[in-house]
Amino acid sequence: MSKSQKEMMEEALKQLHMFVESIKKSTGLPIVPDQKSGAALWYDQRQITNKYLISVDRIRPFYDGLMDGKLMATKCKHCGQLYFPPQVDCPKCRKSDMEWVELSREGELITFTVINIKPASFAHYPDYTVGIARLKEGINITAWVRETDPKKLRIGMKVRVEVVKREPEGYLTYEIVPAE
Amino acid sequence: MGRQVAIVGVGHSKFGTRHDANIAELAWESIRQALDDAGVGQEDIEYFVVSNAGGWSSEPLPAVVVGEYAGLNPKGTVRVEAACASGSAALKLAHDIVASGQADIVLAVGIEKMNESPTPTVVEYIGRAGNFFWEFQNFGLTFPGYYALYATAYMHKYGATEEDLCRVAVKNHYYGARNPKAQFQREITVEACMNSRYVAWPLKLFDCSPITDGSAAVIVASEEIARKLTDTPVWIRAIGAASDTSNLSKRTDFTSLRAAVEAARMAYRKAGIDPENPVKHIDVAEVHDCFTIAEILAYEDLGFAKRGEGVKLVREEQTYIGGLIPVNLSGGLKAKGHPIAATGVSMAAELTRQLRQEVEKERQATINKGIALAHNVGGTGHYAYVTILSLEKPSK
Ligand SMILES: [Zn+2]
Repeated sequence: MSKSQKEMMEEALKQLHMFVESIKKSTGLPIVPDQKSGAALWYDQRQITNKYLISVDRIRPFYDGLMDGKLMATKCKHCGQLYFPPQVDCPKCRKSDMEWVELSREGELITFTVINIKPASFAHYPDYTVGIARLKEGINITAWVRETDPKKLRIGMKVRVEVVKREPEGYLTYEIVPAE
Repeated sequence: MGRQVAIVGVGHSKFGTRHDANIAELAWESIRQALDDAGVGQEDIEYFVVSNAGGWSSEPLPAVVVGEYAGLNPKGTVRVEAACASGSAALKLAHDIVASGQADIVLAVGIEKMNESPTPTVVEYIGRAGNFFWEFQNFGLTFPGYYALYATAYMHKYGATEEDLCRVAVKNHYYGARNPKAQFQREITVEACMNSRYVAWPLKLFDCSPITDGSAAVIVASEEIARKLTDTPVWIRAIGAASDTSNLSKRTDFTSLRAAVEAARMAYRKAGIDPENPVKHIDVAEVHDCFTIAEILAYEDLGFAKRGEGVKLVREEQTYIGGLIPVNLSGGLKAKGHPIAATGVSMAAELTRQLRQEVEKERQATINKGIALAHNVGGTGHYAYVTILSLEKPSK
């Protein structure tokens, strides 16, 4: 089996790290030549890790919905505007009087792509398909599509949205599923 | 409207993988050229605007790092961000400061050092530049991925093919091969492009602009100062700016960038350009070809072609020199390179030199009308700037 993008990435970083450490031992400096140009590069001796804490308190009903297998949106009680992603303030009315409504989870695929070259934090997944579906209610939803062969997908095809558990992280999210 | 503002000096670093220079040295490469070109000193610059997207590079306050190295202290400064359109935002701010009479000479410099981080990290940062929480966190979109969503929709609606997209790359590499500042100075074929691997289906590696280090600088001045400094001021005739939703899912159509349409409409109105037939006014354009599909969308969003017919301009080679309107004679983002926040300033520097007829012969547009257009998109149509430059002073 060929190596995953994550394995290749980690291997390259590990090799670079070991190379720097060996150079540092002999010269006392974390300076290595760039492999292509030979330009001197200082290897950062500090590292920062970002993991954000993001407020979802006001849209908690959306996550309660996921726990029940439902996809929830907000609807302004004054102008009737439907919001997905859900938001608790209506900028048009300048009111914050929303009702939570369940979406039909049925619609059609309006566009899609397959992500072959992945971001670092998604490198552990095999290639995945991302699509945008237009639900019956007229709102769009971006999500993974449960089909990795783009030839089996078609713009305009019927799809539904299912609440799924994303592995290996093990958290609830939603997915577009071809329904033809 | 305020005062008239002209570009009086430009500078442009070599674009590419620039491990030979740090962020300040790389910025200085273009700042020095711009000062020399304008014939002014640091003491004449009253304010400087630094565009930098950053994240992948180590300095969190690039404006002051650049200011110190380039001898610009104690002049006032700010760092601006409008994703890939940061450079145009910097130019707009510099323009507005002079137009409003707050200063007579302002420098805008765009700098990006993307190669300070490994590629997967850069892919991560750019992928997060949409709506991080709703579209990246769970679904890991990448920048090619966002534009691929547009490509799939456009190809389905109008019958464009992957070969058509590759033809855009072929053109831009053709001109990149003739631009000594370009990252890729070699021509490619449709076959080579078609044989490159998928990055985000249906986009392949050769459909994508590269990860680039680079800087570009522009000095703008009021009319009175511009007349003293140069015989060939290039006037900023109009800047249109617009935005669109952070979430792609909030948009209704994936065959056009609404923000670009709106920015073009504003710019054409201010510059007195007929929106039904803008090409009759314009000698040369630089458009935001971060991906090949983006150049085709740009033709239509700018009104160079009707809806669905942008791809025809590509097939008929109408955007080479001698065609309907030459586009991206610098090599574009595709071949010149795309150092995110330097790109908009690079477009202004390139078009200034095109209007002055100073670029390499093989990629010099014929200048008859004296008007050039820059189309600079940030994110996936999240920000859009359309800038009209002109040899003649705009009439009030
Ligand atoms: Zn409302």
